[in-house]
Amino acid sequence: MTGVFARIGLPELFAAIIVVALNVYVLTGGADFGGGVWDLLASGPRRDRQRDLVAHAIGPIWEANHVWLVLVVVLTFTAFPAAFAALGTVLHIPLALMLVGIVMRGSAFVFRSYGSRTWEQRRNWGRVFAVASTLTPLLLGVVIGAVSTGAVGSAQTRIGAAGFRSVYVAPWWAPFPIAVGVLALALFAMLAAVYLAYETRDDALREDFRRRALAAAAAVFAAAFGALAMAHLEAPIVRAGLENSAWALPFQVATGAAALAAIGALWRRRYAWARLAAAAQVSLILWGWAFAQFPYVVPPNLTIENTAAPRITLELVAWALAAGAALLIPSLVYLRRTFAARRTR
Amino acid sequence: MTDLLAARSQMAISLGFHIVFAEIGIAMPLMMVLAEWRGRRTGEREYLELARRWAKGVAILFAVGAVSGTVLSFELGLLWPSFMKFAGPIVGVPFSLEGFAFFTEAIFLGVYLYGWERISPRAHLLAGVVVLSSGAASAVFVLMVNAWMNTPTGVTMSGGRIVAVDPVAGMLSPAAFPQALHMLLAAYASTGLAVAGVHAWMLRRGAARGFHRRALIVALWVGAPAALLQPLSGDISARLVAQTQPVKLAALEGQFHTERGAPLRLGGWPDEQAATTRYALQIPHGLSILAYHRWNAEVQGLTAFPRADWPPVAPVHASFQLMVALGTAMALVALWAAWVGWRRREIADQPWLLRALIVVAPFGFIATEVGWAVTEVGRQPWVVQGLMRTADAVTPMPGLIVPLTVFTLLYVVLGAVVVAVIAGLVRDTDAAPYGADA
Repeated sequence: MTGVFARIGLPELFAAIIVVALNVYVLTGGADFGGGVWDLLASGPRRDRQRDLVAHAIGPIWEANHVWLVLVVVLTFTAFPAAFAALGTVLHIPLALMLVGIVMRGSAFVFRSYGSRTWEQRRNWGRVFAVASTLTPLLLGVVIGAVSTGAVGSAQTRIGAAGFRSVYVAPWWAPFPIAVGVLALALFAMLAAVYLAYETRDDALREDFRRRALAAAAAVFAAAFGALAMAHLEAPIVRAGLENSAWALPFQVATGAAALAAIGALWRRRYAWARLAAAAQVSLILWGWAFAQFPYVVPPNLTIENTAAPRITLELVAWALAAGAALLIPSLVYLRRTFAARRTR
Repeated sequence: MTDLLAARSQMAISLGFHIVFAEIGIAMPLMMVLAEWRGRRTGEREYLELARRWAKGVAILFAVGAVSGTVLSFELGLLWPSFMKFAGPIVGVPFSLEGFAFFTEAIFLGVYLYGWERISPRAHLLAGVVVLSSGAASAVFVLMVNAWMNTPTGVTMSGGRIVAVDPVAGMLSPAAFPQALHMLLAAYASTGLAVAGVHAWMLRRGAARGFHRRALIVALWVGAPAALLQPLSGDISARLVAQTQPVKLAALEGQFHTERGAPLRLGGWPDEQAATTRYALQIPHGLSILAYHRWNAEVQGLTAFPRADWPPVAPVHASFQLMVALGTAMALVALWAAWVGWRRREIADQPWLLRALIVVAPFGFIATEVGWAVTEVGRQPWVVQGLMRTADAVTPMPGLIVPLTVFTLLYVVLGAVVVAVIAGLVRDTDAAPYGADA
């Protein structure tokens, strides 16, 4: 921990802000994608009601949630332009596929809600929405997994010298990034199920999503162990970070405790607690990755320091962030309050 | 097709797709707020119904605009990584501010669209005002980035690399104000007149008159003043281009040789090989007057610059001519509508004006597309005028024809669905006539 704080400066602050924005995106936008997964997997006698619940839950907020991802992108290219260039170049294929998913998810959702005149159209757009919601988190996880192995950073140094597969495919089309993709999907699905169980006022639906949340939590365990096992083989930087630093053990213990707390709370039908514990679990996993990778933005060469934008840029954006936060946080609270009124009444 | 051309085409298609939704996202909230405000003031239910029906369309169009805008933010890195590495520290500041403006817009659009029954009328109207102001602010910040690419300021170069940056100076580059003004007016004029055209069409078909005549008036209040002001804003932009990007001016006017008292060419086709523009109708001294406001001002021709620095002349000239022609037609129809309104005649009762409004309905969006081509193609071969060539900015990844094909297909399908869905919403106003009691 001391190693981290000894080196804190403006670029490190920006790295932290980007992880915070990614964290909020994962907890909000990630859960919206998870909602789409449960649309895809809707089943049983209450199938249509499950889908309606998902649509009602994400309708007013998914666009605001989505902006966190845009913020991550913008802050990355502003604060770490060289790292952004490397990511965009080597990860072109998974990022482009993720974009297709983002476009299809968002547009299919509004076409279903507003543009469908027949039951059949609704069903078809719903299917596009659900499939796109499932593929996008997989790709997001693949991208993060690929960065953390160091394969993206080393592929970047081979541009022009090595073949297409070696530079543009191999870094992400590998077991560890794919395992992280599966983990991201399971986490988002779990978050969504926990939120939906908490939010609905319908007891039968709540039981449906409680069971789904428990199943997703089990999937998270399996995916997390799979990813950890593969980290030993493919992600030496992450593994070293996870194993050799002083903070690693408490971090992992806290993550495991949050995971067990979420399952326990779901088991005992304490939904507010389950929501808190699940959000903590997801956040701890994300921060565990961020700390394990510190001080690299794109390991093994591009660090926070050697890719940071000039100080004047960072200072200006820091002021903009402060002003923006003063504006946005009350606005977001207002948005949530406005649409939370129904369930507390 | 070379990878560079594929990357440029993909960027052009992505921007060309997004810009329509961006314009609608800027202008529709103003129209919804005006309609809602009128409705609350006068107590006429049709205005409130109008705001709600427009809101349904806006929910769809804004979502498509939001996701296609996300595509662009990623494409900056996917297609132009070297540009971002070079320009990130400058353009990142306005892009960050744009991020916040867009965030505000998304939050309050959610409140506006889904909050009709949940918040007080006053709060609802205020949410709409926040949406329309943050939408306009987003456009200004994005245009600051594009203006910097045209007239870069705030960078100190040494050996092809930026050694010092001043992002504030970069945001306030000479083209920032003229471009932001031109784009905002374009958004209000294009969207306002397009919506007016749709409602004029419904009136011609005899649909729910009380509803559509009110819709027409609100749309014209937004579209017509903007269409009338746009030629003035175009003049400001053209004079700046003459000063700061003489090659671009020469290309868009088809001016090959440096000349005093240069003529304005209407139409015509520039021949780069022969260095002449054929078949144009020439208005003597016209260009010197327009570009410099002086009878005998010297206008530099393309041949005064190295051939390697020329943009593709014919497409730039043709796009510019088309933009001006469409804008002029829109301004004339707007003037006609203003005349009818000023004489306190009912616009819905003027069959020829309605027909004219239907004809010019798509003009604004077409003018926006070709106008964007003028500024972007006209800047080639530079991505940042004088500082970085587009060829040096493109990603080293080969096979860019594949993503180009994927995104083109995606946008063709998406565009077709959006048109079908919006057409369905418009037809609904026929099926359930509101305002029949007016």
